[in-house]
Amino acid sequence: MPKDEIKDFRLVGTRPNRPDGLDKVTGRARYGADITAPGMLWGAVLRSPHAHAKILKIDTSKAEALSGVKAVVTRADFPTGLTGEDWNLQENTMAGEKALYDGHAIAAVAATSSQIAQEAVRLIEVEYEVLPHVTDVDDAIKPDAPVIREGAADATVPEGMPPNVVKYFEFGRGDVDAGFKDADLVMERTYKTEATHQGYIEPHACLGQLGADGKGEMWVCTQGQWYIRQMCSAVLGLNAAQLRVTPSEIGGGFGGKTTIFMEPLSLALSQKAGGRPVKIVMSRSEVLRATGPTASASMDVKIGMTKDGKLTAARAEFRMQGGAFPGAPVDMALYCCLAPYKIDNVEHIGYDVLANRPKCAAYRAPGSPMGAFAVESLIDEMCRKLDLDPMDVRLKNAVREGDQASYGPTFGSIGLAEVLEATAKHPNLSAPLGPNQGRGVASGYWFNHSGETSVSLAISEDGNAQVSVGTPDIGGSRASIALMVAETLGIAYEDVRVNVVETGSLGVNEPTHGSRATFASGKAATVAARAAIKEMCRRAANEWGIDEEAVEWVEGAAQPAGPNAGEFPPMSIKEIAKNMGKTGGPISGHHESVPEGVGASFGCHVVDVEVDPETGHTKILRYLVVQDAGRAIHPSYVEGQYQGGAVQGIGWALNEEYVYGDDGRLQNPIFLDYRMPVASDLPMIDTQIVEVPNPGHPFGVRGVGETGITPPLPAIANAIQGATGVRMSHLPMTPTKVLAALKASQE
Amino acid sequence: MSKIHVTTVVNGDEVEFLADPRETLLDCLRDHLGLTGSKEGCGTGDCGACSVTVDGVLISSCLMLGVEAQGKKIETIEGMANGEELHPLQRKFIEHAALQCGFCTPGILVAAKALLEKNPDPTETEVRYWLAGNLCRCTGYDKIIRAVMDAASEMRGAA
Amino acid sequence: MDFHTPSSFEDASKLAAEATGLTRFLAGGTDVLVQMRSGTVLPDNLIDLKHIPGAQDITRTPDGGWRIGIAVSGARLGDHAELVADWPGVVEGMELVGSTQVQGRATLVGNLCNGSPAADSVPGLVAAQASVEITGLTGVRTVPVEDIPAGPGKTTLQPGDVISGILLPPRGENGGDAYQRFTPRTEMDIAVAGCAISLRVDGDTITEARVAVGAVAPTVRLVPDAADALIGSTLDDAAIDALVVAVRAACNPIDDKRGTAEFRTDVAGVLAKRVAQIAYGRAKGEAQ
Repeated sequence: MPKDEIKDFRLVGTRPNRPDGLDKVTGRARYGADITAPGMLWGAVLRSPHAHAKILKIDTSKAEALSGVKAVVTRADFPTGLTGEDWNLQENTMAGEKALYDGHAIAAVAATSSQIAQEAVRLIEVEYEVLPHVTDVDDAIKPDAPVIREGAADATVPEGMPPNVVKYFEFGRGDVDAGFKDADLVMERTYKTEATHQGYIEPHACLGQLGADGKGEMWVCTQGQWYIRQMCSAVLGLNAAQLRVTPSEIGGGFGGKTTIFMEPLSLALSQKAGGRPVKIVMSRSEVLRATGPTASASMDVKIGMTKDGKLTAARAEFRMQGGAFPGAPVDMALYCCLAPYKIDNVEHIGYDVLANRPKCAAYRAPGSPMGAFAVESLIDEMCRKLDLDPMDVRLKNAVREGDQASYGPTFGSIGLAEVLEATAKHPNLSAPLGPNQGRGVASGYWFNHSGETSVSLAISEDGNAQVSVGTPDIGGSRASIALMVAETLGIAYEDVRVNVVETGSLGVNEPTHGSRATFASGKAATVAARAAIKEMCRRAANEWGIDEEAVEWVEGAAQPAGPNAGEFPPMSIKEIAKNMGKTGGPISGHHESVPEGVGASFGCHVVDVEVDPETGHTKILRYLVVQDAGRAIHPSYVEGQYQGGAVQGIGWALNEEYVYGDDGRLQNPIFLDYRMPVASDLPMIDTQIVEVPNPGHPFGVRGVGETGITPPLPAIANAIQGATGVRMSHLPMTPTKVLAALKASQE
Repeated sequence: MSKIHVTTVVNGDEVEFLADPRETLLDCLRDHLGLTGSKEGCGTGDCGACSVTVDGVLISSCLMLGVEAQGKKIETIEGMANGEELHPLQRKFIEHAALQCGFCTPGILVAAKALLEKNPDPTETEVRYWLAGNLCRCTGYDKIIRAVMDAASEMRGAA
Repeated sequence: MDFHTPSSFEDASKLAAEATGLTRFLAGGTDVLVQMRSGTVLPDNLIDLKHIPGAQDITRTPDGGWRIGIAVSGARLGDHAELVADWPGVVEGMELVGSTQVQGRATLVGNLCNGSPAADSVPGLVAAQASVEITGLTGVRTVPVEDIPAGPGKTTLQPGDVISGILLPPRGENGGDAYQRFTPRTEMDIAVAGCAISLRVDGDTITEARVAVGAVAPTVRLVPDAADALIGSTLDDAAIDALVVAVRAACNPIDDKRGTAEFRTDVAGVLAKRVAQIAYGRAKGEAQ
């Protein structure tokens, strides 16, 4: 769709009630832990209390002897010989020779009640040899750090690197040294961000069943049922097509439910218990200790700027630990951190470092918030030093369509300049500020993603449409897909039912991740609807005895494409559907592909804070999110993504962090101490949707879910500097840290 | 470990169950009575997803034992609508898109209903503080607060 | 685990003394259930005190003070207008414990017996010179609240001791109290530092004061030097400075995940200043 094409849609852009709303406000919606099965057992998991320890012996005899216990599994029950990421997943599912982090699974039990299962877990005796551990990224990259795993480095890592570096990235273009020479101001700073958790309110839960014949079923809260199927099959050595995975309603994911944790354990226990289904529900402390938080990061950034605000060169060197396995999103952080800027000379270096922490998982724009914190903080500080308006500098250096991105590719249609212009005009930018108050702005970027997608659509006997998608609905995607399908078919929104289906119903789908559901499933559903339309036109053409090319689809009915085609009254979808059994059978459409045409999304946030100079407490006074949605299919849920992302970013900026003690144990595995924002911490979150349609999507959609978590980290740091004069370079900016910085600045 | 027989009234219906004395009221609602609308998000009283009222008082059902329910009157999300007719809060939550994943929604609705029964005309700040024990990770609370305020306004108008 | 519902404190005391294994009392349950859930405390006996006559009552004592039942929830304290008028600082301390939902269950006695140095309701009780009535094997005795905590998670209560009531003295004329705590979030948090002050004025001059701090030492601590800094003053700048110095001198906190020792000490002083102003205003009858 051309960028300047403004189209009036009948439904797209409206705000109808979501199709799953009624179930969700009445308590009827069924989430991961809400299902039981005949003969069901309850599972529980024994977890390592040590950050790093050799497992010398596991004695499960007392647990097995407890009445009501039906199965106990350890790593000995898993197949051997896995390699690469399959091995990583298996090792993370259940420890092998070593426990690699506090919370690492050691054994699992299935019993006739949850209480008995818990009791049995306490009866398992494990002999450990405790090993030296390391949890901080800067400690883990030291040459003499405790070695997490020998030989884990891949081919990217040059000789002579410290032992815990497992991946190395280096890319760039131009001549950064020459660029720095052209600058009037060159500044270099080091920043740190701590690990945070996605914090979905629903703990992981699954109900798995596996027979001796290798056929299995699973009900699970996940962002991606095919990922669960593939990963469980790999870890357990199963035939993937024999495992049927049904996604429950999902109580939040944010990237953290795109992989497996205890799911294979329920299957292994089930098989050992003679095929009885086994339900495992994590406690909150298990979620925090043993699922997949983000990486923590230590980052050096050097930027050159002319006195009129032109960026001449930038160098970013990032170190990240993502737990005891490779996979910290240091590459993503590097790709995103300079993406909003047109800079000719850039250099990026990254280290993925192992540490004794849980295996990180994706979290909303993985890596991008950390990188943005570093770059956007430094640009702001430089603007202050040169007395430049941070909005002007961002607009002056903004990338536009056709520019080469800092990480290589050439941008297609993007809306950064439009976002910045809309931000600059917003009234929040001119609200008066009082004493101890400050304003910060920052930009953010996410690529967005497509991925394997399979959708099918069928016309019902009464002319309604049912759509089967493989992307679980986390934030309203049933509504947006129904809107697009109804728009395409020319029928009412209420006449479309979108079903999120199990793995037996469709080809492979990637999860709802990468902000892809409305883009990819939406695009595939639209293509599928067009296929159904084509078939319905053919049925009408046959009925009328005219050429099918002479039939067009208008407002939910087939009609002759012009006076030459013949004189027939429109044939509605209802008529065609009613007769389909006699005109050729069922009418459906389907589409399988990796949809092309992903549109990247830029955003800009403006935050006003007040800092209590006596306690260092930061209060958010005002918050604005401006972001390019391409086109907002259901604006309420686009706003919801903006607001939710911003508030997760606020939490990351101010209070959320994984705190490890000297013993390597997580100190704050409960919501009381893992401080996510509560309602009374926040103001309303103002939003402005900018629409620069994505030409790669039939309705112009870009993904909107992820960009919004990126700008809050630096925007709040920038606002705190405005309020106090103090620059915070280590997240979270807790009252303790801010007060210490204030005191240091006064000495 | 002998189980204890408990008789209680849930959403107006007298019910009985056998509780292990270690089981929470939430466990009993979900596992013995099939009322899975109340959710466990933390088990420590920090997220509010298990909110119910007991004799009219808003509590976290993960912080009360099932055996303590003997002789009480309990209201859960499943009793909030009157048959087909949604409570105004339920309707407003749908209209305002005040839920994304929906997992925290039952607890927030139960808590908000308790607020409006006590204070039919709350300020935004009062709503935010009353609901501070109900974590939502999807919405940033904005649309939730708007939905509660709008429902309160409608309920005052209707009264 | 055995679950008991005694109908008198004497029976509860006897049950606890005779029980084998680990025993816990259940009032609001907001700490015990969390400990059971996490597996840190797995009691063999749980003694529910809520059904004992008087456990749910708030009553005026003959001397004009108050007796608060051991199972009275924070929500009920907050709803009791007369009690709030007398002891707003005590009530606001309790009301900071947990969420609205937790307020529906949590009790003063539970908050005290949990033994947390950061217990929000305890500094207010100590500043108010509250005491607890203990029913033990040898009879009933009354003990000042500040004598109950013995260190993090520990109390001075002996086997068979069960707190059977909380006693607040008469407020009297021209008195005011207040409590504030500092937490990184606005709600749902554990105090990083807390301070309660109860005082009485004659005209503009402070004639009596008690200052208690929380979360800055192994137990909630009464700070007589801080009270001395206030007594005789009109809460002028010099008195406030002396108060802040005295409070900070009494702090002996730890560095932990919730804050550094330096931060806790600094903020305790800041809170003392702010709380003194509120209590002073209340004592003088100014709306707060």
